[in-house]
Amino acid sequence: MSNVTAAAQLPRRDFLKAGGALVVGFSLGDVLAAQGPATVAARGMVAGPPDPKQIDTWLAVHADNTATVYIGYAEFGQGATTALLQVAAEELDLDMSQVSSVGLDTNVTPNQGGTYSSASIHRGSPQIRTAAAEARLALLQLASKELDAPVERLVVSKGVVTVAGGTEKSVTYGALVGDKPFNVSFTGKAPVKDPSQYKVAGTKAPRKDIPAKASGTHTYLQHVRLPGMLHGRVVRPRGQGAYGDGAKVLSLDESSIRDIPGARVVRRGDFVGVVAEREWDAVRAAQQLKVTWDAKPTLPGSDRLYEVMRAEKTNDKVLLERGDTAGAFNGAAHVASQTCLGPYQSHACFAPNGALADVKADSALIACSTQDCYTLRGTLARMLGLPAEKVRVQYYESSGTYGHSSHDDAAQAAALMSQLAGKPVRLQFMRWDEHGWDNYGPAHIGEARAAADASGKIVAYQYDGWQHNWCAVETSAQLALGIPASLWRGSMAQQVSPLTCGGQYEIANLRLVNHEISGLGYLKGAWLRSPLDLSFAFASEQAIDQLAYLVGMDPYEFRQRNMTDARWRGVLDAAAQAAQWKPRRAASSVSKSKVAQGRGIGLGTHLASYGGAVAEIEVNKETGQVAVKHLYGAIDAGFVVNPGIVENQISGQLVQTASRMLLEEVTFSNTNVTSLDWKSYPILRFEQSPKVTPVVVQRLDQRSTGAGEEVMAAAAVAIANAFFDATGVRMKQFPFTPARVRAALASA
Amino acid sequence: MASELRIRVNEEMRTVTSAPDTPLLYVLSDELQLHGPRFGCGLAQCGACSVLVNGVEVRSCVTPVSAVAGKSVTTLEGLPAWYAMQKKLAHAPALHPVQQAIIDEQAIHCGFCFNGMIIKAAELLSKNARPTEAQIRSAMNGHLCRCGSYPRVLSAIQRASEMMAGRAEKHTTEVAR
Repeated sequence: MSNVTAAAQLPRRDFLKAGGALVVGFSLGDVLAAQGPATVAARGMVAGPPDPKQIDTWLAVHADNTATVYIGYAEFGQGATTALLQVAAEELDLDMSQVSSVGLDTNVTPNQGGTYSSASIHRGSPQIRTAAAEARLALLQLASKELDAPVERLVVSKGVVTVAGGTEKSVTYGALVGDKPFNVSFTGKAPVKDPSQYKVAGTKAPRKDIPAKASGTHTYLQHVRLPGMLHGRVVRPRGQGAYGDGAKVLSLDESSIRDIPGARVVRRGDFVGVVAEREWDAVRAAQQLKVTWDAKPTLPGSDRLYEVMRAEKTNDKVLLERGDTAGAFNGAAHVASQTCLGPYQSHACFAPNGALADVKADSALIACSTQDCYTLRGTLARMLGLPAEKVRVQYYESSGTYGHSSHDDAAQAAALMSQLAGKPVRLQFMRWDEHGWDNYGPAHIGEARAAADASGKIVAYQYDGWQHNWCAVETSAQLALGIPASLWRGSMAQQVSPLTCGGQYEIANLRLVNHEISGLGYLKGAWLRSPLDLSFAFASEQAIDQLAYLVGMDPYEFRQRNMTDARWRGVLDAAAQAAQWKPRRAASSVSKSKVAQGRGIGLGTHLASYGGAVAEIEVNKETGQVAVKHLYGAIDAGFVVNPGIVENQISGQLVQTASRMLLEEVTFSNTNVTSLDWKSYPILRFEQSPKVTPVVVQRLDQRSTGAGEEVMAAAAVAIANAFFDATGVRMKQFPFTPARVRAALASA
Repeated sequence: MASELRIRVNEEMRTVTSAPDTPLLYVLSDELQLHGPRFGCGLAQCGACSVLVNGVEVRSCVTPVSAVAGKSVTTLEGLPAWYAMQKKLAHAPALHPVQQAIIDEQAIHCGFCFNGMIIKAAELLSKNARPTEAQIRSAMNGHLCRCGSYPRVLSAIQRASEMMAGRAEKHTTEVAR
């Protein structure tokens, strides 16, 4: 441990510069203070959330003429922090080198709600923009006195205020308030800039976090340490069973790890873990500890999943109905129907989740990668028996989560283990914990029907969708406290989407029916990037595509003919133009050779924004191998703050969609999940990666909406439609595994 | 303390006290507090933990620390100096060309896999300065990315290859003079 002691003796700032924010010899709060300016340290003493009606909650201006923006949204590796800083810099007339943010912390940052549904820019940018505008106004009022000129005559460049056409006198923001509080109320009434004047917002500013991530100096959650801490691992069955069953310990033999002297068992109820001073001891002990679990054969098994789902009781709800759908189907010239069988899919976080907890008798500190620090604080406080204001939750970035993976479960597990061990505990899930105990994106059955008249006008549409709801109780709380499994409701993302299911088109007679399957769900379910949308589009946009085929039209032209919304039309055209789409009927040139080429087009989105995509694929009809060669994806997310970041987001969505359509499927037996690593749950590899062409449809006059998940539905069904174009066969189920493809081609 | 081992990491001799069967990853991240190699699977399936051992990419999560005794371990942090040694440069650059190209291409999403991506790409370019696209894809195929960064990583490796060619030419000229 000698090197650790030496490091701790370095002056704090020098040590941090030398080794990033490694925590040696002082607390996480100290580290946070060392990362930011003095004002941050002062804030950290009091439990949040800070008052959103005060400008000081959102911004601090420092003596060196820089500003800290307190952002309530977490950076999940998608670049939202850089974009929000652009919004702030724009309104403040600072450049990007003068603005920075700090990590989320319930003692420091405001509560802007959770970081999900691509909300950072959609909901966050108006708040940051108006706060920055208000701060600018306050600064100009101070400058007005200093420069003896009315506010209207002041101009600002890089935080230096001068008088328009006037004297050479100037004053900087830093000189005006330098690290002192504004003490100004946030009225929301300060004027904001017209987008036509933007200099920073709307540009491809480089991401702030990338240099440190490339050089290796970035501090991920996995790097954070506390003095005196233990390493922890959870001990659970390999792969979860039915959500409602949890996991019951029948017997536990502590002597089975006796030969690892540094390790010991921590247990509360059915929550079992091991802790050790050395990480390798904890890893070995978790593998070696003998626990007999009550394995209940209550799962349907992934092979019989859809058969069992179809037989379940449902709560049916007509979400949208207009016209006379049944009547319109009866009289129609062409009717197409399409099934979707979409599997449980995993977040499969590249870094298994973890957390670091220091739980004391009267307070707790938890560093984790949650999507929602303030909600988690309440959950942890109840679990630990502490008042919420005595619990401090800090966010550190882990790998991309793309939804509600096991990050909150990890935070709970670390907190429980620290409370039981009486020491700080750094918990790290192993790969099988992450893959096997994820909150998966639920399986879906969809039935889409669409009808057109002889001229090619869509006259009727119906979508019926079946899925379970999301889980509300994390595994650690379920096992430790015996909290019964229950469901989480209330999101539009849990039911048939009126946007992706027919909402792209002008259809007079339309009916959307949601069939929520009763019961707790087989596996734990939660939101996974673009929840259910890939499945919705898979059924819906294949039915539309099939109608084009029946009518005898090119699928792009058929769609154009049936839509009037300029923004849907915009992404459709953008994707088609990028792909240099040439009109012809789908499957009109099906190759007789072993490897057939196909191209497909599709539309879809998540809760807002617009996505259009084109796919070019190859199908090996002998082996059943599908290769996605090139994906083109267009997003209209209103005013795009950073088109470079959104292009990268589109590229990532396209590659991840190819992975989910070709490879990804959670498998399970009657007792437990069996896809527990990258071999049993493969994702797309470098050699399989398509070329990608991202297109941002910039709309200066439209409110910013999300861009982190909105082209996946379109890309998913573009691949499915390309499969039909290549083979003349419609796939009913994904992923397109070779066996499934060979079976579909053989039965056609 | 039980055992003591001496290992060479980023050209420095370090004394570590982990048991000899401890995977190198835990020694690097816990005892030496390095940020480059990181835990992804513990199964040698993903590449998050990659380091160079005598210039060859290995998975530190399944390599016992005892296996690197007498060998030279290079992590992401040591890559610029390793590059300078390879190219016989007087001074180590701030970043390895692959790291610079990753920034230039804005290739990163979450960045967690980029330790392995950069280590593997550096290894590839040290053996094959001008790889074809197929050679890059093949070399990188054991490194997974959940975010879907492969297309930009590909571009970055191609860019780094060009940057290194430029640097190599300049270096040759200097030597010739």
